[in-house]
Amino acid sequence: MVLKVMSANQAIAEAVKLANPNVIPVYPITPQTTISEYLAKFVADGDISAEYIRVESEHSAISAALGASGTGVRVFTATSSQGLALMHEIIFAAAGLRAPIVMADANRALSAPLSIWNDQQDSISERDSGWMQVYAENGQEALDSILIAYRVSEDHSVLLPSMVCIDGFILTHTVDPVDVPGKGDVDKFLPPYKPDHAYLDPKRPMSIGTFTDPNYYMEARHDMELALVGAKDVIAKANAEFAEIFGRTYDFIEKYRSDDADTIIVAMGSICSTIKDVVDEHRDNGEKVGLVRVRVFRPFPTKEIYEAIKGASNIGVLDKNISFSVGGVLHNEINAKMDVKANGFIVGLGGRDIKPTHISEIIEKTKNTTKTTQWIGLNKEEL
Amino acid sequence: MVSIGAAVKEPGSTRKNKTGSWRTFKPILDKEKCIECENCIMFCPEGCINKDYDIDYDYCKGCGICAEECPVKAIKMERE
Repeated sequence: MVLKVMSANQAIAEAVKLANPNVIPVYPITPQTTISEYLAKFVADGDISAEYIRVESEHSAISAALGASGTGVRVFTATSSQGLALMHEIIFAAAGLRAPIVMADANRALSAPLSIWNDQQDSISERDSGWMQVYAENGQEALDSILIAYRVSEDHSVLLPSMVCIDGFILTHTVDPVDVPGKGDVDKFLPPYKPDHAYLDPKRPMSIGTFTDPNYYMEARHDMELALVGAKDVIAKANAEFAEIFGRTYDFIEKYRSDDADTIIVAMGSICSTIKDVVDEHRDNGEKVGLVRVRVFRPFPTKEIYEAIKGASNIGVLDKNISFSVGGVLHNEINAKMDVKANGFIVGLGGRDIKPTHISEIIEKTKNTTKTTQWIGLNKEEL
Repeated sequence: MVSIGAAVKEPGSTRKNKTGSWRTFKPILDKEKCIECENCIMFCPEGCINKDYDIDYDYCKGCGICAEECPVKAIKMERE
């Protein structure tokens, strides 16, 4: 194994090179831009034979991706924040047409006020679209998640698109050691995409994306629900095979010193690395603190999260998003789907630093259960 | 059963979509009064009236243009 030092954006581009898609329509946007740059270079250098389409907007990027996927080929695109928001209309169409597109989202705050910095509001706001969503903690996981995403999305029992989310700047523009797998192993894990449900071929004419009257629409949506729930088995199988071939194990959630913990923090993405350090400090002081990192957010791993947190008396859920007047989305979904009383904390919006002291503050605050969502890290003098 | 992604794999499926179900008012033609001027045939936006002045209720949406254009008031719009 040769470890190379690279950003998560480069790791994602390396994964795309290995997955070898036929069409890559992308529009650059901070902090995703280097993904599209690396891919443009791969195509220009002849490292991959994909058709690289320089579209004029993100709405066009995802539209071209959907059109290309409709011809039955493998497709990749990437975006962030305002770009994802501009894609919104076609995001739902891609899932509804069951196009197994894989997209990377560099998590960034949504305007206004305009911000280029990290939070997860952009992808969380697309949670009801029918896309699968994975939140990576580091560059290696970003690379691996792209490969697993293709495998799961293209499975004939799933056929739903996937979004691999990486925290803007924190992951996209910092480097860490990444093992780039060999092409032979990747080909073993990820066979070529063979569509059989819907693709445009003059020899086998069909219409896709047609008008649907009330006699059919609800069944089509119900099928999506079954496919997304059923995707859990496919993800578990793909994770197991991935571990066998590449030696790295992924699950719906990651449990960090949480098995015997009285206090458990639940979070997604890169902040979990900070939380692990804070957990270690508290453990050194004899406090039974643990972390449950939610990796796969859609399909929502209700059973896995519940099994991991039900034994704790204090639970704090961190959200880098806000559904105004309701609170953090992960927090509310956990309380809605599980027999637990978790406390909700809004952190890190628009790139606000989340310091170890904030995590310790949250651990302290989980000792009193309250229904009020608490905002951590606000500048008191600005309030 | 709806196919995956609601793809339509056989041509001509629009015929199965009986848009006559949208109708609230139904045009009834009194052939005794009809002077066979063809106005209703030409004005019907759905092509639902044939040369024998039979109305195809499978697809007539009940817009009432035929009744409006009939010079001898041979078509009455009746609530379904």
